[in-house]
Amino acid sequence: MASAVTVVNDVAYSYNNTPSSLVLDSISFTVNEGDLLGIIGPNGAGKSTLFKCMLGLIEDYMGQITIFDHNIRKNKNVLQKVGYIPQIRSIEQNFPATVQEIVSLGITGKKTSTRNKDKIISAIEIVDLSEHKNERIGELSGGQQQRVLIAKSLVNDPKLLILDEPTTSIDQVTQDKFYSLIKKLNLEKKISIIWASHDLDAVHKLANKVACINRKMFFHGDTCGFFENEELLKMYSESTMQAHMRVHFNKKNNVKNNNSNDSNGSEGSTYHGI
Amino acid sequence: MIAMVAKGRLIMVFEILQYGFIQRALVSGIAVAISCSVVGLFLVLRRQSLFADALSHMAFGGIAIGLFANLYPIWTAFIVSIFAALGITKLRESTKIPPDSAVAVLLSAGLAVGVILIGLSGGFTLDLYSFLFGSILLVSMQDQEIILVASALILSILYFIYQELVYIAFDEEQAQVSGINVSRLNYIFIVLASIVVITSIRLVGVLLISSLIVIPNITAMMFGKGFKKTAMISVSIGILSVLTGIVISYVMNLAPGGTIVLVSVTVFLAAIIMKDLNKRTMTVSKQRKIRSLQ
Repeated sequence: MASAVTVVNDVAYSYNNTPSSLVLDSISFTVNEGDLLGIIGPNGAGKSTLFKCMLGLIEDYMGQITIFDHNIRKNKNVLQKVGYIPQIRSIEQNFPATVQEIVSLGITGKKTSTRNKDKIISAIEIVDLSEHKNERIGELSGGQQQRVLIAKSLVNDPKLLILDEPTTSIDQVTQDKFYSLIKKLNLEKKISIIWASHDLDAVHKLANKVACINRKMFFHGDTCGFFENEELLKMYSESTMQAHMRVHFNKKNNVKNNNSNDSNGSEGSTYHGI
Repeated sequence: MIAMVAKGRLIMVFEILQYGFIQRALVSGIAVAISCSVVGLFLVLRRQSLFADALSHMAFGGIAIGLFANLYPIWTAFIVSIFAALGITKLRESTKIPPDSAVAVLLSAGLAVGVILIGLSGGFTLDLYSFLFGSILLVSMQDQEIILVASALILSILYFIYQELVYIAFDEEQAQVSGINVSRLNYIFIVLASIVVITSIRLVGVLLISSLIVIPNITAMMFGKGFKKTAMISVSIGILSVLTGIVISYVMNLAPGGTIVLVSVTVFLAAIIMKDLNKRTMTVSKQRKIRSLQ
């Protein structure tokens, strides 16, 4: 039986410490060795907050998170076995570091040893960017920049990769390349992956497990169990639609409240999810 | 005639190199140029260029305290700037006030302290004027020693934390996830930046120091491929600006701080023109290639 790489146990979090504004509520799941877990959920469902808790960036959550049997609150050194790729962000074109220099940031310890230099070159080769290794990262396309970040994560031989919507605002061709790379890393390098995405088709094709969250855990189990259950899919699309409407409604409400200088109404529209 | 004038000027340049105060200014200038460029690169990449301005204004408050209390002003500037920088970093962390607002607080507080103490001690003196605009005549042996020791200390510390600072400049969140103690390094870095600013004040002055920190770096960033190469280009531009600025300011009897900054601005403008010309040439050759293929 595969051993547990990550155990998230009854995690709850609120940004302003009030139970009524919980961003995460009783979230529990386990990721086993070799798993590729797709985390899906509408915008504002708490996916990025969950990752921040898992990566030790947020510590004042309730519940417990263990990665490779270490409580993440007590032992952050275990994160050296974890690669993290955040949502794509614009990198300044003038940022002077080359691809090779950025990838070398992922190495812990001495970067100039021959062994580490080989590791850097090999990580760049895996993401197919060898011909760009001496170019500035800011001069590459969005998709290429994301691949540089993957290489940076791979250079330290991670056992777990955490990807936070890594393909948002990337074109379809580059997305497809990115997905095949993820699959390759999972199957060939035996890296467990936790991957937040809005792309249901991609999650369906690649992930062996799915966790659907919308503040609370709505579903966690085998990919087939989710995608072959029409009822669940219908509920998911309804909840996504409602989440979009909630965002729209909140925005509208805020504008209205700002105009009328009335502060009472802005917190009134709480949505309780699925 | 022109050749004779040029020859005369050249002889003058060699002559002035024999003066002790010029030698001190040049040696200190090289040290200042190196530390300003290296620390400045991180400030620019972290979008904290104006922080150098705020630190120098805080140092101005410290200098005024020193002059008012009859203490060596560089020491009081060190103490005031470092504590203010640490305080504002703590304030920024705990209250999440925007960085530009933190800069505004620091800048006006330093200036306010300075202005009040100057008023109390009877107005501007020659010494205070030299701190505001820089002076090569007033770089004493003690100043030179402080500048050299401080620069050596800054560069040695940066050598050990350089990779971590690059990581933080690239992405603070990812640096934290990788196990880097971002908060501690931010404090260390801001203390280093304060020391750089204060050690440079004697030569360039409170009002111009930030340009020596920023201009060589934004010029270098136009050309440098790679972090180390960019730092090397920036250091070269910094040294060129300081040395040329000191010599020109002496020969033409100009304010050294202003001359050094104007030399670096000239290099910056020349770099922009060069970059633009290069781009146009590339575009023309590309168009020719496309036409020949058609």
